[in-house]
Amino acid sequence: MKGRFVRLAEQGRPTVSLTVDGAAIEALQGDTLMVALLTQGNALRQSEFDSGRRAGFCLMGACQDCWVWTRSGERLRACSNEVREGLDIVTTQPEATWPLHG
Amino acid sequence: MATARIVIVGAGPAGIRCAETLVAAGFKPMLIDENRRDGGQIYRRQPQGFTRNYATLYGTEARKAQDLHESFDRLRGAIDYRPDTLVWNLTAGQLCCVSQGKHSTVDYDALILCTGATDRLMPIEGWQLAGTYSLGGAQIALKSQAVSIGHSVVFMGSGPLLYLVASQYVKAGAKVAAVLDTSPFSKRIGALPKLLARPGLLFTGMKLLAQLYRAKIPVHLGIKPLVVQGDAETGVSGVRVLTARGETLNVDCDAVALGYHLRPETQLADLAGCRMRFDEASGQWWLAVDEEGRTSVSGVYAAGDGSKIRGADAAEHAGRLAAMALLEDLHQPINAGLRDEQRQALAVMDQFRLGLAQAFPWPAEQAKALPDTAIVCRCEMISAGELRAVVSEKGACEVNRAKAFSRVGMGRCQGRYCSQAGAEVIAAAAGVSVQQVGRQRGQAPVKPLSILTEEVSP
Repeated sequence: MKGRFVRLAEQGRPTVSLTVDGAAIEALQGDTLMVALLTQGNALRQSEFDSGRRAGFCLMGACQDCWVWTRSGERLRACSNEVREGLDIVTTQPEATWPLHG
Repeated sequence: MATARIVIVGAGPAGIRCAETLVAAGFKPMLIDENRRDGGQIYRRQPQGFTRNYATLYGTEARKAQDLHESFDRLRGAIDYRPDTLVWNLTAGQLCCVSQGKHSTVDYDALILCTGATDRLMPIEGWQLAGTYSLGGAQIALKSQAVSIGHSVVFMGSGPLLYLVASQYVKAGAKVAAVLDTSPFSKRIGALPKLLARPGLLFTGMKLLAQLYRAKIPVHLGIKPLVVQGDAETGVSGVRVLTARGETLNVDCDAVALGYHLRPETQLADLAGCRMRFDEASGQWWLAVDEEGRTSVSGVYAAGDGSKIRGADAAEHAGRLAAMALLEDLHQPINAGLRDEQRQALAVMDQFRLGLAQAFPWPAEQAKALPDTAIVCRCEMISAGELRAVVSEKGACEVNRAKAFSRVGMGRCQGRYCSQAGAEVIAAAAGVSVQQVGRQRGQAPVKPLSILTEEVSP
């Protein structure tokens, strides 16, 4: 899938390997999780309130639209957490969810 | 002597200049910041390992950014710096903080809130689609991560940041599909006398516009946003607007940067009980502070865009002034000449900000024209029609009551991106002024906390 974000500079950084929803991906050191995920895909998560995909909004830790989770259940804002070697990220909420809007 | 426990919240331009002034007077303030690195949003530092220089990163503001960062580096050993720490609640004399999942409390005698601002948003049909970002967010993507938010980006909204970020994108090699400004050219002419208070800045603004024209970027003024097109699965595919001449304009793009200047982050001041006031020029609620930054609550001060939206240069002056106000209240000697310099500089910036508010007005009328199907709360997908219904059916004509019934303002962003537009929708539905419907109260925690947060002893 084509990425949503486009890298424009700073591409000579060392790579970091992490796992997203069970698949291995490579990112660059210093990338936020948001940049790591959105340079390779077009969304971060599923909205809990409709069928829409979500890809973050404010990038400054204010909107909370970019939540992802570690495999162990820790919630992270993708815009304000950097990638780390071996990080195991899931993009669906580990808790139970239910449809609210039909 | 210097024993007062002084806490500054926010390490942007206001917080850093405030800390510097207090250190020079012999105090050791604590500086708490939610970000990992100093600089705030405007002078945000790129992560370690990035190599772009100041001129590339900050353009015309390079010298100011470098100066602020160097000032901070010199201060670092003389202050108690707590990065990556969120102040999520406060009571008289005590802050509740969380850092990396650990909770702690901090006692204070004096508090200086330099909490900054976020983008101010007006909804448009389809703005919930993936690929719509706040204008400030689009800038952070470039500045802090060297990425564009899309392969082809539309900049839409109004305010100086619209042109700044669009030209930064062009310069960095990103594709800018169009710049669509809701404010008409005539407003800029009308605002010229006030904008001339800062001729240098006005000239910088004109240069940005010239750069966009030179790069052959379509720039449209006086547009009416209609819809962000696309679908729920793949996100944004374009925007449709009405031009000033009343023609429909479609622009293909896969990303939209949307924003109408800024709104202040006032939640902590609100929890401290500080009085707010309605600012007529910008049509929003600001913190009530005196000329030097004293709030209505003794021992609580504020500076920067978190109290009055006047921009980064003003924040530096206001940070110094708030520190001097505190020093004076602690019966410490202050440099009166330095204080007067800050006041004079701020008077000029006050004039300029009135010019900006006139040149790039908040498009309140858009809220009234928003279709019932348009989403107001993007967190929980609540539409303008649902919000209007609580006004017409339940008589909820006050923001907090309407929030309780509709949940607009109760989602993850806690009203940061919907509450002001929501107030406009409520006011229009109720047929009263936006000031009369009130403002959303600040609530703790000021940002969502994990239930797994552990307590640590101070």
